[in-house]
Amino acid sequence: MKKEEIIESLKNKIANEILNIPQKQIEKDEPIISSGLIDSFSLVDLALLVEDTYGVRIEDTELNSDVFDNLDQLAGIIISRIK
Amino acid sequence: MKENFSKQLLSQIEKNPNRQILHVLVNGEYVHLTYSELLLGAKKYQFALDQAGILSTDVVILILMHGLDLIYAYFGTILNGSIPSIMPYLTEKLFPDKYKQDLRALIDITKPKAVITYKEFIQEIGFIENFKPSIKAVVLTEDVSQLTVSEEEVGRMPGVTQDPEHIALLQHSSGTTGLQKGVALSHRAIFNQLESYQNALALKDNDVIVSWLPLYHDMGLIAGFMMPLLSSIPLVLLSPFDWVRAPYKMMRAINDFKGTLCWLPNFAYNFCAKKIRDRDLAGIDLSSLRAVINCSEPMRFDSHEMFYNRFKEYGFKSEAFATSYAMAENVFAVTQGGIDQPVTYDEIDLASFQEKNIAVPPEGNRRSIKMVSAGKPIPNVNIKIVDKNGTSLPDRNIGEIIISSNCMLTEYYKRKDATEEVFINGWFKTGDLGYIAEEELYISGRKKDLIIVGGKNIYPKDIETIAMEVKGVHPGRVVAFGIYNNLKGTEDVVVIAEIEEELLGEKEKIADLIRKRVTIKSAVALRNVLTVNKKWLIKTSSGKIARALNKVKYLQEVQG
Repeated sequence: MKKEEIIESLKNKIANEILNIPQKQIEKDEPIISSGLIDSFSLVDLALLVEDTYGVRIEDTELNSDVFDNLDQLAGIIISRIK
Repeated sequence: MKENFSKQLLSQIEKNPNRQILHVLVNGEYVHLTYSELLLGAKKYQFALDQAGILSTDVVILILMHGLDLIYAYFGTILNGSIPSIMPYLTEKLFPDKYKQDLRALIDITKPKAVITYKEFIQEIGFIENFKPSIKAVVLTEDVSQLTVSEEEVGRMPGVTQDPEHIALLQHSSGTTGLQKGVALSHRAIFNQLESYQNALALKDNDVIVSWLPLYHDMGLIAGFMMPLLSSIPLVLLSPFDWVRAPYKMMRAINDFKGTLCWLPNFAYNFCAKKIRDRDLAGIDLSSLRAVINCSEPMRFDSHEMFYNRFKEYGFKSEAFATSYAMAENVFAVTQGGIDQPVTYDEIDLASFQEKNIAVPPEGNRRSIKMVSAGKPIPNVNIKIVDKNGTSLPDRNIGEIIISSNCMLTEYYKRKDATEEVFINGWFKTGDLGYIAEEELYISGRKKDLIIVGGKNIYPKDIETIAMEVKGVHPGRVVAFGIYNNLKGTEDVVVIAEIEEELLGEKEKIADLIRKRVTIKSAVALRNVLTVNKKWLIKTSSGKIARALNKVKYLQEVQG
């Protein structure tokens, strides 16, 4: 799977399923955790979404902006763990 | 003997020096503390405060993450006879501007003499320097850990001579408004609450309390911290930071330590039911739980049902549901329900409730709602339901809840004005609406426009002020309110802002700016931001924007 495809799909899923703002355009380098866009109550949703979609587990200790803070970085983690 | 916290704590330590009283989850592992170890850790902080010249009447602000240092520093402050107040730690380095503003609000009113925090934090926040000489000392955890306390020093605790009427601690709710109103509680008030509440809970020696609740809210601080530690009931403590990322850890803690009691805000029932994987629950047994107490935001039958359906196969018993109505101004609990008997639910007629302010059983097939009882007043509390004129109302009539007890706040700290406002002939006006039926209390709403999200109080005015700072938004033409979200089990925050006519083409952009600014400055995530043209918002005859009316309009016109 290509990184760009993953980013595109994450964009849509996050806007629709987590933020509930379908019209929201998330840039691939836009901070999503440190900006508060995904608040602490939704971090676990993000982990569940990634696992359901790609079969990749994000540990709870990884749910902070030091590990990833934008879609590009998150897609990077997903690619490195697929398979 | 229970004259003050220090004496009470020392007497517990004397009785059971080697009792494992506290199990704290630190970096994925549990640290087990006996009473003696707790004392030793706390003593270092007491010693540091004493060395810095901090006296028993001084307020000490604790800015620490949930963990051992916060626990030690809290009791160290108490043993020094000083007045601790916890300021939530700046997590993830989110929103530094908002944080500084909050801290300033807190310091300006509370005038603390000391701050306990980390070296790194002081560098981050910098401006504490500006508050000297008001703040006499900044105590750093890094320095405290290096301290050695001599044998003879260990026995010296200024806190043991504290008068029972002396203020024991301060509690704040969140946001600028909340931080400017610290609830000051005396030792006597807290002991009176604990004695009464333990009765209501039928607290036993073999109880084990499990909590992930923040210690800066009454539920976490009193039920999930002070009560067990002062009463020799083992406490398993997780941090809210850990729980929100891995709610299964609470279930595992209940299993591992045979937890019997825990307190949760309503949203947490939904959160646990929805966000835990089966594999994280493998082998877990929740049958040790005798009460899971729903408290601190409106309680919903649906949330209980959702929780039960998810966890019954793990041994969770429906008899364990319990409810409570509580507030920091009464130390904690006002009522308790569901202990040794099922929680009562009351089905009432929707139209009579909305139009006539009465709660009566539905007639025929009319629409009804299922109310969750908050239980009966705990033994030391009296409750009345009153109308606008303060006249008592009969059962099943909805009015404001007022309470009297021997565990009320001493004052809002250094806020005589705010304190006088909330009392009427010795009764405390809660600002909450409700009714009484068969001696049990039902909460139906709020008189004040408070929004509660995930158990955290949010003042609409704070949000509106921030939204008005966005360019293009009409000053004074913004409204914020909460609407209940069924899936989450808590409220979502909605903002409606009127914008300049010529900017209507950019309304999405302005909505996004409002959303960002509110998040950065208040740490509140907005569910919906509506940017509208002039005259959308309904004003009252006096020209003020009516939150409740605009909420109704939003629900009818926007949500449909």
